[in-house]
Amino acid sequence: MIDRETVKNVAKLARLGLGEDEVETFGNQLSAILDHIHILQEADVSGVSPTAHASRLTNIMRADVPQPSYAPEVLLANAPDQDENCLKVNAVLEEA
Amino acid sequence: MTTTAYTPIDTDYEVVIGLEVHSQLLTKSKMFCSCSTNYANAAPNTHVCPVCMGMPGVLPVINQEAVKYTIMTALALNCSIPEYSKFDRKSYHYPDLMKGYQISQYDIPLSNDGYLNIQHEGQERRIGITRVHLEEDTARSLHHQGYTLIDVNRAGTPLMEIVSEPDMRSPEEARLYMQKLREILIYIGVASGRMEEGSLRCDANISVRPRGQQALGVKTEIKNMNSFRSVERALEYEAQRQIEVLRNGGKIRQETRGWIENKGITVTQRVKEQADDYRYFPEPDLPPLIIDHTWVEEIRSQLAELPDTRRVRYQDEYALSEQDANVLTEDKPVGDYFEQIVAVSAVKDRKARAKAASNWLLSEVVRLLKANSLSIQETKLTPKAVANLLDLLDKERITGKQAKDVLDEAFSSGELPEAIVEKKGIKPPISDQGTLERIIEEVVAKNEKAVTDYKNGKTNAVQMLIGQVMKQTRGQAKADIVQSLLRKKLDELQG
Repeated sequence: MIDRETVKNVAKLARLGLGEDEVETFGNQLSAILDHIHILQEADVSGVSPTAHASRLTNIMRADVPQPSYAPEVLLANAPDQDENCLKVNAVLEEA
Repeated sequence: MTTTAYTPIDTDYEVVIGLEVHSQLLTKSKMFCSCSTNYANAAPNTHVCPVCMGMPGVLPVINQEAVKYTIMTALALNCSIPEYSKFDRKSYHYPDLMKGYQISQYDIPLSNDGYLNIQHEGQERRIGITRVHLEEDTARSLHHQGYTLIDVNRAGTPLMEIVSEPDMRSPEEARLYMQKLREILIYIGVASGRMEEGSLRCDANISVRPRGQQALGVKTEIKNMNSFRSVERALEYEAQRQIEVLRNGGKIRQETRGWIENKGITVTQRVKEQADDYRYFPEPDLPPLIIDHTWVEEIRSQLAELPDTRRVRYQDEYALSEQDANVLTEDKPVGDYFEQIVAVSAVKDRKARAKAASNWLLSEVVRLLKANSLSIQETKLTPKAVANLLDLLDKERITGKQAKDVLDEAFSSGELPEAIVEKKGIKPPISDQGTLERIIEEVVAKNEKAVTDYKNGKTNAVQMLIGQVMKQTRGQAKADIVQSLLRKKLDELQG
């Protein structure tokens, strides 16, 4: 069972504001998910080296050749807000 | 090799500095998509696609050239290149990376365990390199009153991070390290090194500890240093600040601080998040890299000569002074130009030619470049023209004085000095001793007072007489020959 502090910390890192009752709700849900995933622990992986990737692919790289980009109006079409061909967002504070 | 550390700030405390340097790479396209990196003068969001904008469902693909450049850098910094490497996601919640994470490298970077030597006060200091890894740059934020505009052109530009060990012991060493690193990046051709444009950036970790204490003090991370000078100034300020805090019985808080250039201070930006708050995990969209040993060796064999090697070679191969070798090496194009002068010269005594090339390049050519605000790549004066000028001097076809005028002309017209000499009808210097002796006798006869002055010990009277002889020969006599013949004549008169 995930404790309330862990739930709050995860929410904070994900920039999510949770009410006290939501901490309870999502805590239970996260715990259920982790319990479910826990079934993987039963697999015998002795003699299998850890891997970072599920595919067996390696060295998928491309040549350094530029291709045309998209038009700004296409890229910004779904932006919640825009100005001067830029995405417009809430003020970002550089310094505290 | 390693010498005693040096701290000018306070002898009771030792300053410990490590640097994290970020450099954009000079690839033509971005790190994980094919958008062009040539956006310096472009309108906002014109070099962007769904990949660098972080739209859902897109697939990044690694730019092989960026990997190569990183390996080149790692080799130049004496790092090991492990056979296996991978990319990771680093959780990141600012609007300048729309994905909500940065693709970086966490536990298995492309390279690690290298070093860089710096020269400080005549001694060599070895600064350890922890790792060199590859990641992507963020978008540019344009801050306005009450809102921020995001230009995504820069997002996804290949960004190489070079992390040093905490081996520097003074702000000056940090600056020297930074300068040396930049020099290397430019030499091997992977980066522009332009700090003022932000293509080369530097964050510092700095702590202080009572001298003699083994354990490191609590460090702060300093950001926003945009020049070599601000690196040194910011770290001097921060070291002094930390020492003051400790002196007054306070504690250093682990935090990120920003350097405020116009105020000359650092201020708290944010209290440091712990590393695991970044929630790194392997990037599922990018299969790992197996770096083939033969590829690494191929890259190593193609690696351009490094500045330290060049410095030593100039002294060994051409017998140049350390001072001249340093100046020629500092700015790579100047050194390249010097080598071209030597290369196009058909001479037996290559050392003498190299010495003359270095002298003329570093004095006269550099003077002309400065006066005309040109870089050595921009001048019409070719290395062949300089070699031609040196040939004319070697053959005593022109005097040193005439050579300067001819060089001025060659610099502005781009013509070969021999063509200029012909065009201007410059006659060969009078080297015939009999002719010169006759002129000297005339001059001596007409200037009895100067001769008397000389006899009375006023040796500078000779200069006046030389001037007269040069005037008579219309500058076509070699000053050193005139001088020796004149002295001989005067000494005869005296005796």
